[in-house]
Amino acid sequence: MGTEKLFPDTWVARYADYLYNYTIVRVNDHEVAQDLISETFLAGLKSKDNFKGEASERTWLISILKRKIIDHYRKKKSRKGKAEIRMSYSDEDAEGDWLEQRVKDPFDKTAEDTMQNEELGLAILGCMDKLNEKQAAIFKMKTIDSFDTEAICNEFNITPSNLWVIIHRARKSMADCLETNWF
Amino acid sequence: MKVYIKCDEANYTCDKNQYKDASLWGKIKLNIHLIYCAACREYTARNTKLTKIFETSKPKILGREQKEKMQKALLKEISK
Repeated sequence: MGTEKLFPDTWVARYADYLYNYTIVRVNDHEVAQDLISETFLAGLKSKDNFKGEASERTWLISILKRKIIDHYRKKKSRKGKAEIRMSYSDEDAEGDWLEQRVKDPFDKTAEDTMQNEELGLAILGCMDKLNEKQAAIFKMKTIDSFDTEAICNEFNITPSNLWVIIHRARKSMADCLETNWF
Repeated sequence: MKVYIKCDEANYTCDKNQYKDASLWGKIKLNIHLIYCAACREYTARNTKLTKIFETSKPKILGREQKEKMQKALLKEISK
């Protein structure tokens, strides 16, 4: 028996973003990703007695999520008969001749880049896990959602200088964390 | 008007600048400070790097309503 424990009521706040990042690059559909994550949490709750405490909560949830994603593709495949494939790129009869369709794929964007970006995104969110809850919430609002300073201050009832101190600390620990985990 | 600023203020301006919130005069003072302060140069470099990372990887997060919905569903299941 390991030492890790589960705290289902904190899952959404702590792992939803991480799982979302993991899912969105794999299913590429916002709605589907959301459903899969929701299902993952519920499935995790149902099978929480099977949790041996050897892996961290997050790893365990990811392993459930992986199954969910695979199931999603299986279901999708069984509906494949109805799929419609359209190739419009060399269709001479099509209305208009769109320049956009003739542009080459950007040559400097390789699959490796995409993969690296995905991993980096996960590393960032993993590091955000380590910030305390208020810090993380404010940092996310400011950095990812790019809210105004004022809006955040009103929301959390703090002064701008409070906000900048929080941001400063958050950035510092993010940089430290990413330096050890990524660079 | 003061041209020389302390490290605290320099870092504060640097943080603000990561979100394009710093004033022009603030940025000038920061840059003057960076000429002679190696520690703040390093801080600024790291800070800029962090911003770049966010720009290139664009981590996606869920909206608040969606999270609340999930939380509700989960709590309902817990209380069962």
